[in-house]
Amino acid sequence: MKTIKVEYLARVEGEGALRIRFRGNAVRDVELRIFEPPRFFEAFLRGRHCAEAPDMTARICGICPVAYQMSACAAMEDGLALSIPNHIRDLRRLIYCGEWIESHALHMFMLHAPDFLGFDGALEMARTHRDRLKAGLLIKSAGNELIRAVGGREVHPINVRLGGFYSLPPASELLALVPNLASARDRALEALEWMTSFDFPGFERDYEFVALRGSNSYPFMGRRLISNKGLDIVANQYDETFEERQVPYSNALQSAIRARGHYVCGPLSRFNLNFDLLSPTAAEAARRARVVPPCRNSFRSILVRCIETIEAFEQAIEIIERYDGAGPAYVEADVRASTGYGLSEAPRGTLYHRYRIDDAGLITDATIIPPTSQNQASMEDDLREIAPRMLALDHRAATRLAEHVVRNHDPCISCATHFLNLTMERE
Amino acid sequence: MSARQKQRRARLAVFKFASCDGCQLSLLDCENELLTLSESIDIAYFLEATRKAIRGPYDLALIEGSITTPHDAERIRRVRSESRFLVTIGACATSGGIQALRNFGNVREFASIVYARPEYIATLATSTAIGDHVAVDFELRGCPINKRQLLEVISAFIARRSPTIPAHSVCVECKRRGTVCVMVAGGTPCLGPITHAGCGAICPSFARGCYGCYGPDEAPNVASLMTAWTQLNRPPDAIARVLRTFNANAPAFRNALTHENDQS
Repeated sequence: MKTIKVEYLARVEGEGALRIRFRGNAVRDVELRIFEPPRFFEAFLRGRHCAEAPDMTARICGICPVAYQMSACAAMEDGLALSIPNHIRDLRRLIYCGEWIESHALHMFMLHAPDFLGFDGALEMARTHRDRLKAGLLIKSAGNELIRAVGGREVHPINVRLGGFYSLPPASELLALVPNLASARDRALEALEWMTSFDFPGFERDYEFVALRGSNSYPFMGRRLISNKGLDIVANQYDETFEERQVPYSNALQSAIRARGHYVCGPLSRFNLNFDLLSPTAAEAARRARVVPPCRNSFRSILVRCIETIEAFEQAIEIIERYDGAGPAYVEADVRASTGYGLSEAPRGTLYHRYRIDDAGLITDATIIPPTSQNQASMEDDLREIAPRMLALDHRAATRLAEHVVRNHDPCISCATHFLNLTMERE
Repeated sequence: MSARQKQRRARLAVFKFASCDGCQLSLLDCENELLTLSESIDIAYFLEATRKAIRGPYDLALIEGSITTPHDAERIRRVRSESRFLVTIGACATSGGIQALRNFGNVREFASIVYARPEYIATLATSTAIGDHVAVDFELRGCPINKRQLLEVISAFIARRSPTIPAHSVCVECKRRGTVCVMVAGGTPCLGPITHAGCGAICPSFARGCYGCYGPDEAPNVASLMTAWTQLNRPPDAIARVLRTFNANAPAFRNALTHENDQS
């Protein structure tokens, strides 16, 4: 029996391993094992005040802290029926744009591109592709600048609070970022052209794509979740629609749609379900790169990430240009016993939070479902599908292919290890 | 070839334990300096950035994350034995991090809240700082760390000098920035007087009180600050919660609350 084992997955956020076992030429089993130690966020959130959730859950992930802050705010504000004024919604989208740009650039240039070009990592890639990497770092730092301007710092921003922000950034400070954002967007347009020259393995799967559906722009936050196979729900139907399963070999739980099974969230899903909402520049770039829905090849997700990066720059510039810095920094919440549901689109996919709080505003129950747990089962399916091709490769090449397949979904293993109440407990 | 060129380049390794990855991301966030850095030292082990892994010994090991599993308690000893200097980065590595909140509860109960089959989960009852397990040459604080300070620490160890990282409170940084005191002038409760400097006093510059993410400073007077908070009409449970966050297990914060409980 042949076994392909990767003891430590490199160039992913967090710690994981994978094992594929064959019997003869047939794949016997595939295990994506996440051994990132559990940190029990849902447990220690109990008894904390609802206003603490954004800062505490941000610490689940240093790569997408804004996503955690946004989903936490959305859930609490849903429960408290707090209505958020437009200028605050805009600023939230702006800081979220920064996070997409920063996280996508990290993944595209430092983690994923080396797979296509056959390098161990970005620093090795720098020897022959220095200008490309420099452009990537420039894009990334433009995203970080945006987060810093709105949030105070790039990792675990300090300015986000329940109901809005501690203080609004002055309009002049944001306006000063525009030239840099525009030039970084142009670097992203060039990068897209470069990436279309990569060699993409033929690999199409009939995924169920799940993502937020935007109302009038490409979605960052929202309540309506749809799929290409008929799913159409709002946030508070999440628990009845999805279930989580625990497998013995992993510290992460796996999600599935109760009615049908595995699915994917993330850039491919958002793109396939919201193509019509892209800004003209991003849509045009996508058409030029010949990336149009339905895109079912997860290897091509790097192109979609680049298109989404362009989209985030476009939205950011548009928001800044009509921002005047006026209005209250936040709306005060009237705390009472409630249950709230929050959804937002983290760079790597949909992030769901649900909280129950009591009359004093203390959390009695918390559920957090990060994108990587939702994609974990599909990553295993992808590996199962591609495994026969590995048999023809030597061990090193097979290992690289397996890692590449996992990296197509930009897994964030640090996120995926902190989980939720299981469905089987609830039943 | 000059003597300098002949000299072997210093080997840097980055290891991760229980954490959010944010502190090692700070190294990748040094966008402009990263390429320069990689030209002057060998990044020998940094799994988040490259699958190329050069075996020890290392000249400098950066450790992110806390010890929460029996396996990791072993692993950190191995890392220590192959590293000339070992520097811990961030609140998890220097105090146990937010996951040290389990130290004040029952970890089995925690596991059964999160997992249906807690028996599959191998975990320790506590989350502890790296310094509780092995000798540490320097601790860089923060949740997350400041990337400028990280570059200073790396340069200092490579050059064999001591890093210039002040251990005074955030208050000093506010004065330097010219930020008006949010607590004295605005009545906003702030942890600045007892919190370790390093962030650059960001929160008060956004009209927010410091929430202590860099942990206790060199000589924190927690009791005095708690009295001041009480005078601002903060209930005792609010004060207790704010010390029980990212650095809950740092002795100065942990003991302040134990002391309070003893009195009540």
